[in-house]
Amino acid sequence: MNAVTRAERARLQAHRVPFTLDGREVEARAGESIIEVARREGVPIPHLCWTPGLDAAGNCRACMVEIEGERVLAPACCRKPAPGMVVKTDTDRARHSQRLVIELLQSDLPEDAYTRDNEVDDWARELAVGKPRFEARAQPAADRSHPAIAVHLDACIQCTRCLRACRDEQNNDVIGLAFRGAATQIVFDIADPMGQSTCVACGECVQACPTGALADASGAALLVPEKAVDSVCPYCGVGCQLTYHVKDDRIAYVTGRSGPANEARLCVKGRYGFDYARHPQRLTVPLIRRDGVPKSAAMVTDAAQARSYFREARWEEALARAGGSLRALRDRHGAKALAGFGSAKGSNEEAYLFQKLVRLGFGSNNVDHCTRLCHASSVAALLEGIGSGAVSNPVIDVTRAEVVIVIGANPTVNHPVAATWIKNAVRAGTKLILIDPRGSDLARHAHRFLQFAPDTDVALLNALMHVIVEEGLTDPRFIAERTSGFDALRENLRGYAPEAMAPITGIPAETMREVARLYAKSRASMILWGMGISQHVHGTDNARCLIALSLMTGQIGRPGTGLHPLRGQNNVQGASDSGLIPMMYPDYQRVTDPAARSRFAAAWGVAEHRLDPHAGLTVVEVMNAILAGQVRGMYVLGENPAMSDPDANHAREALAALDTLVVQDIFLTETACLADVILPASAFPEKSGSFTNTDRLVQIGRRALALPGRARQDLWCITELARWFDLDWSAYGATPTDCDAAAAAVFEEMRGVMPSIAGIGWQRLQREGAVTYPCSGDGDPGQRVVFTDHFPTPDCRGRFVPADIIPADERPDAEYPLVLITGRQLEHWHTGSMTRRAGVLDAIEPEAVAMLHPLDLEALGIRPGEALHIASRRGEVTLYARADEATPRGAVFVAFCWYEAAANKLTNPALDPVAKIPEFKYCAVRVSKAAGAEGAPASSV
Amino acid sequence: MNPPVIPIVDDGDSRRRKRAHSKGRQVDPQALAEVRSLLPAGELRRDLLVEYLHQINDRYRQLAAPHLAALAQLMKLAQAEVFEVASFYHHFDVVREDDAGQVAPAPALTVRVCDGIACEVAGAKALLERLPALLGRGVRVIAAPCVGRCEAAPVAVVHQHPVRRADAGAVARTVAAGCTTHEPEAYIGLGEYVAGGGYRLVRDCIEGRRDAEGVIRVLEDAALRGLGGAGFPAGRKWRIVRAEPAPRLLAVNIDEGEPGTFKDRWYLERDPHRFIEGMLIAAWAVGIDAAYIYLRDEYHACRTLLERELDALRAAPPVAALPEIELRRGAGAYVCGEESAMIESIEGKRGMPRLRPPYVAQVGLFGRPTLEHNFETLWWVRELVERGAAWFAGQGRHGREGLRSFSVSGRVRQPGVKLAPAGITLRELVDEYCGGMLEGHRLYAYLPGGASGGILPAALADIPLDFDTLQPYGCFIGSAAIVVLSQHDRAIDAARNLIRFFEHESCGQCTPCRVGTAKASRLIATDRWNEPLLAELSQVMRDASICGLGQAAPNPVDCVMKYFPEELQ
Repeated sequence: MNAVTRAERARLQAHRVPFTLDGREVEARAGESIIEVARREGVPIPHLCWTPGLDAAGNCRACMVEIEGERVLAPACCRKPAPGMVVKTDTDRARHSQRLVIELLQSDLPEDAYTRDNEVDDWARELAVGKPRFEARAQPAADRSHPAIAVHLDACIQCTRCLRACRDEQNNDVIGLAFRGAATQIVFDIADPMGQSTCVACGECVQACPTGALADASGAALLVPEKAVDSVCPYCGVGCQLTYHVKDDRIAYVTGRSGPANEARLCVKGRYGFDYARHPQRLTVPLIRRDGVPKSAAMVTDAAQARSYFREARWEEALARAGGSLRALRDRHGAKALAGFGSAKGSNEEAYLFQKLVRLGFGSNNVDHCTRLCHASSVAALLEGIGSGAVSNPVIDVTRAEVVIVIGANPTVNHPVAATWIKNAVRAGTKLILIDPRGSDLARHAHRFLQFAPDTDVALLNALMHVIVEEGLTDPRFIAERTSGFDALRENLRGYAPEAMAPITGIPAETMREVARLYAKSRASMILWGMGISQHVHGTDNARCLIALSLMTGQIGRPGTGLHPLRGQNNVQGASDSGLIPMMYPDYQRVTDPAARSRFAAAWGVAEHRLDPHAGLTVVEVMNAILAGQVRGMYVLGENPAMSDPDANHAREALAALDTLVVQDIFLTETACLADVILPASAFPEKSGSFTNTDRLVQIGRRALALPGRARQDLWCITELARWFDLDWSAYGATPTDCDAAAAAVFEEMRGVMPSIAGIGWQRLQREGAVTYPCSGDGDPGQRVVFTDHFPTPDCRGRFVPADIIPADERPDAEYPLVLITGRQLEHWHTGSMTRRAGVLDAIEPEAVAMLHPLDLEALGIRPGEALHIASRRGEVTLYARADEATPRGAVFVAFCWYEAAANKLTNPALDPVAKIPEFKYCAVRVSKAAGAEGAPASSV
Repeated sequence: MNPPVIPIVDDGDSRRRKRAHSKGRQVDPQALAEVRSLLPAGELRRDLLVEYLHQINDRYRQLAAPHLAALAQLMKLAQAEVFEVASFYHHFDVVREDDAGQVAPAPALTVRVCDGIACEVAGAKALLERLPALLGRGVRVIAAPCVGRCEAAPVAVVHQHPVRRADAGAVARTVAAGCTTHEPEAYIGLGEYVAGGGYRLVRDCIEGRRDAEGVIRVLEDAALRGLGGAGFPAGRKWRIVRAEPAPRLLAVNIDEGEPGTFKDRWYLERDPHRFIEGMLIAAWAVGIDAAYIYLRDEYHACRTLLERELDALRAAPPVAALPEIELRRGAGAYVCGEESAMIESIEGKRGMPRLRPPYVAQVGLFGRPTLEHNFETLWWVRELVERGAAWFAGQGRHGREGLRSFSVSGRVRQPGVKLAPAGITLRELVDEYCGGMLEGHRLYAYLPGGASGGILPAALADIPLDFDTLQPYGCFIGSAAIVVLSQHDRAIDAARNLIRFFEHESCGQCTPCRVGTAKASRLIATDRWNEPLLAELSQVMRDASICGLGQAAPNPVDCVMKYFPEELQ
C-alpha cells in the first residue's frame, strides 16, 4: 500500500484556475505560477533566477509580465494566476522590462566565458538585446582556492540559485548573500575563500549557476561532450541518478538526474569522483605473480611498488592459471577448500552469477561479501524480528515523518544526499533526534542530540522503551494484532529505568524520557541507523532494540513511519538480495532449507545433491579457515579484505597463506598485492547492469566508456572462469568488452528465482530507470512502504526479542586507554581504492588523518597537523592529527581508507555471535606523538 | 614491527589541502567565551540575531569574524547566515582577518556626518572634508545617510551623540568632551500623561465602554491614512487584519529613514505615551497578541526613552492584559522602512522586501497576519477618537481633508515639524509656518516627499500638498518631508545626492534596483545625460522593481529631465 498523503490529495482535488495568457484561455493547476503554466503552454518567458526544483525567488525580474489592472508588472515566476486574470507576456511594456533586465545584467558580465550555457547570453540572443549600453561594474577577483569549483564572481548575477541550492536544497548552508546594494555578493561562510570554507563540494551550486560564475575547476563547462549517458552513482547506497557527460572516452563532468532517491542532487563523490577509471594506475593487462616472489603480509604496499611483483600475461594464460589452479585445489582438497568474495560494488547480475559460480562450480556456500562487515547484524535482527532484511520505507519518507531518530549514523558524510532529505524535513518542522557518541553536521539541525557514551546503545534504547512502557505510550492494539513476545520484553525492560541508565549512557534521565515520549507519541516516527549500531559484538542486540521500539509503538508500516538501516555500498542491498551470502540463496532463501535447495537445483538445472546443504563461511571466518589450512584458494571480485577486514595484519597473513588467490579488480589493491593472478576488470562506467539502493529501488547503470587496454567485462570473466568448473554459460552471451545483453539475460534468470523482483522486467527497467521491489508484476508500481498490514514472518507477526547489556569485547585500560572508532570520511569511499585515485577527492583529502578532540590532543601534547602514532594490541599506524570537536573525549576516529595507515590493522576481530560482524566501532588503543615522522620521505611499509 | 613512516608527498599543487582541523573556520574558544558573556542565558532566539549583533558591535565597536563564527555556533546557525545579516546593515562594522590572520582594531571613535539632502545643502560636504584632519587618526569620519535631524542641518553624530547645526569646531569640542551618548530631553512621562487623561481611552475600550467597531468607524470617517508614506486607509487595514485568523501581530514602523523626514522622532521625543496608547487601542481593536516596535538605530535617545517608558508601563499597566511589546533596534538600513523588509529585519534577517502577494496583513511577521503601522498613524488614534472624526476631517485646505505633519527643512527660516492642513501649498507652508525663505534665498525648487517623492520647480509651488494630488506631476507626498531649495542649489545636484542615497540603500535583491541605481548613478555623474537611456532605465525600475525603493528611485532623475531641462544644457 502506498497511501496518498493529505497534501497530495489536496493537490489532486484542487480546482484549476482559468485565466488568459497572451489572449489564450488556459488553466493553472493548483500551486502553479504563471511561468509554469506558460512553460506547459509553450509560451517562452525569459527567466534567470527561476529554475525548476528550487523555490522561486523573484529577484532577477527577467520574467516580468503585464497583468491587466495592475500598476506595475508582475514576476511570472512568483505570481499565481487568479481566476479570470489577464496576463500578457509580450506587450511592449513587458518586453521592455525583460530586455532591459537582461541588458543590465549582461553589461556587467566579463568578456571571458566560463560556460557554454550562459543563460543571460541565451536570453539576450532570444530577445535580440544588442550590445549593452551601460558601463560595466568594477569586477571582483577570481577565487580558485577550491580543488573542485572555480569561483568567478565577475559572472555573478546575484540570482541566488547557488544559495538556494546550497541552503534550501542541500542544506549545507555554506553560501550566503552578503553586503548590500551593488556590493551584494555571494559569499562562503564569513566571506572566506571557498577552499577554506565549510564547503563540502556537493557541486549543487555549480549545477544551479546560470552563468558559470560557479563552475567545475576543471573547465569542463566549456567542453562540448560527445554524449550524455544516464546512469547511477557508483558510491553509496542512496542510489543517486546521474548523467555522465563524455568526451574523448573520458568523463568530462557529471550532472545530477532526477531519480526517486536524489531528485537531481549529488554529493562530492558522485559529482567529482569520476576520473578514477582513467587513473594511470588502472589495471589494463592481466598480471601473474612473478616466479619466486614470495607472499607475505608485509608485502602489502602501494600499487606502484607492488606492480613489480607481477608480470604481464595474455588473457588465455591468466584465465588458465586462475581457473586451473582453483579447479585443481577443489579436486585435490574438496569443495570447502575454495571460497569467493563478491562485491557490493558490482551489479546484481555480477553478484548473482558470482554466487552461482561458487555454489555450482566451487561446490560450497563459501561466498560472502562486505555486507558481513556493515549491516549483517541489522539484517540478522530484522530477519528474526520482522522477516525481512530490507528497509520498511525509503529515506525520503523522512519528509513525511514528524520525528526522525538518526542513531549510529553520520549521513552527512556517508549518505550525503539522504542527509539532505533529513535536513529538508527538519526545516519543514520534523523533529530530529540525533543519537551518537560522535557529533556530526546533523547535530546543528537536531532538536535533541544525545551524545551518549560509546558502547552503551542497549542501555540507552532499553531505557527509552522502559519509559514508553512505564508511561503507557505503547500502541496496545498494534502489539496485540501484529506482534508476539511483548511480555518477555516488558519483563526484561524493568531493570532499565532511565534514572539507572543515566550514569551508564551519560545522558540525563529526563532527556531520555523526553525523547521516548516524542518518538512514541508522534504521528509518524522513523528510525534510521548505520554502522554505529551494527558494528559491535552486540550489533544484533542494538538492532533488536530499534525494532522493538518501533513495534511497541506501532511506528512502522505507514508513510513516514518505519525502520531504515542506511545501506552503505551502492549495491549492498542488491548483492545481498542476489545471494552473496553464505547462508542464503537469492531472495534470502536459506541454503539449509531443502525446499529452497530443490527450487534452485531445478532452476539451475542440476541435481539437488550438487548444492551444499550447509551454510558457508563468513568473511572473517574464511580468514581463520585459511590459517587453519581449510581454505586454500580464493576468488575475490572487487573486494579488498586486506584493508576492510578487522585486524588487517591477520587478514593479510591469511590471504598470503592461500595456495591460489585470484583477484579481479580495476586497481592493484592491497588484496591484489597478495594475488597469484590479477584479472583487469571493468570500472563502473564501463559496464551496464542493475543496482539496488538502500530504498529497495532497482536502477540501471549504463556503459559510458570503453574498456581501457585489455581490461575485460566482469561478467565475461565470471563466465570464463566458470568454464574451468564445467559450467557452460555461453548462453548468457557475454563478450569480453560488451556484456549488456548478458546482463539482461542474467537479470531475467534472476526474476525467475526471486519473487521479490518478479515484476521488474529488464525492458521495464530500461524504460523506467528505477523500480521499487517488492514488485510482483508488470503493472505493479512496487511497494515503497512495506509491512503495512503484516510482516513476512511465518505467523505474519513481528517478534520482540529482548536484549541485555553486553560490553564491548575490548575495553580501554591503562595500557590502551583510548577508544578507536573507525568509519569513513566524506571524500573517501571504503578502502579508498577508487576515491584516492579521483583527482578532486584526493586533492580535498590527500592524507591520512586521525580525529581527536582538541582537548585530548592538547593533553597528549600533540598539535593539530602533527604526526601521531596509534597502537592497539594488533597493530600500529602513523598518521596526522586533526582536531575535531565532534569526536568525543577519550576516543579517536580514523577512516579505513588510508592504505599508508590502515585503520583495520588496529581493529578487533571479535564478532557478534549472531551475525558474525566484527566490532569495528570499538577497540582499545594508545595514542602518542610520532617521533620524527613529519616531513620524512616516503618509505615502504 | 617498526612503526611505518607515512609518505608525505608535496606535489606543489596548492589546491591540495592538508588540514589540521575540520573544514572551514574554527571557532576560537576565547571569542566564544566573549560572545557568550554578552548574550542572555538560555536558548538563543533566531529572530534576535540583529539584537545580538548589536550587543557585540556595541561592546567591541565592530563585528570581528571570530566573534561572528562564535555567535553562529552558539545560535546553531551557519556562519554564512550570521555573516550575511551582519554585513547587510551599515551600522555593523564587519571586519575579517588580514593576510596575517589579525583582526584590525576598531577605530576608537566614529563620527558620522549626515550627507542627506538637507545637510548637504547646509554644508555637510565641507564638514566631511575638514573633520578628518581636525579630529586626527584615532577618529574615523564617515558620511552617513540622513540621520533624521534635518531641522538642525548639518548634523554630525559623534558615536551616538548628534551635534546639531554642526560646524567643525562644535564637532571637535564634542569629541574632546567625550560626549558620545545621547540622553532623552524633557518629555511627557507616564505620570504626566496619565494625569492629563492618558490611557483613559484605552481603558474604556478594554473595559467595554467602547466597541471596536465604533473606534474603527472614527478612523474611517476621519479618513486617517497611513502616514509612513503609502497612505493606506488605517481603518480599512484594521478591518482586514481583524478578519484574519489569530494569532495576529502588530508591527510598528519607526524606521523613519526617508531623507528629510523627522516627524516621528519629533513626536516620540515629546509625547511617547500618546503613541503607545494608540498602539494599545489598535491591538485591542484588531485582536493582537504581541506588538513589535522597530526603531531606527539612529534614534538613540528615543530608544532609551522608549525602553524606560515601556518598563514603566509594564510596572504599572494602565490596563489588564497588556499585550507583549518588544522593542527592536534597526541597524542602519533605509530599506527596513519598507513594511516587509522591516518584518524580515524583526525576524533577524537581512532587510530584503518580500514579494507580494501574499500581503503582510495575511502573511506577515513570523508568517502571521500582521497589522503594520507607521508611528504617526497610531499617534493620532487617541486624539481622533476623543475629538471625533469631523474635527479632523474639517481641517483641510484647497478641498483636502485632515491634518498633515510636514517635516520641513532646507532653505527656510524656521525648519521643523509643521502640523498644517492637508492640501496646503508649498508657498503657503513656507510663508505661514516656516517664517518664509532664509535671508538671501529665493524659492527655486522643492522636494514634496523626501528622496522618493520627486523634485518640483518653484513654478509648481501653488499646488495642494496631499496624498493623490501630486501624481499628475510625477511626484508624491509620501511621508510629507519637504526640502526647500533655493537659487543657490541645483536640481541636478539634488538628484545626484538622492540617486547616490538610493544606490547606497538599495537592498540588492532585484536587478532593476541593484543594477539600475548603480547605472543611473554613473549616467547622471556626467555633464551631458544620456536622456533616452535614462528614460528606458527609469521605466524598468518603475515597472519591475520589487518594492517602492526601486520603483521611486528614478523620480529625481525624471523630474530633472522634466522640470529642469535648462540645467542639462
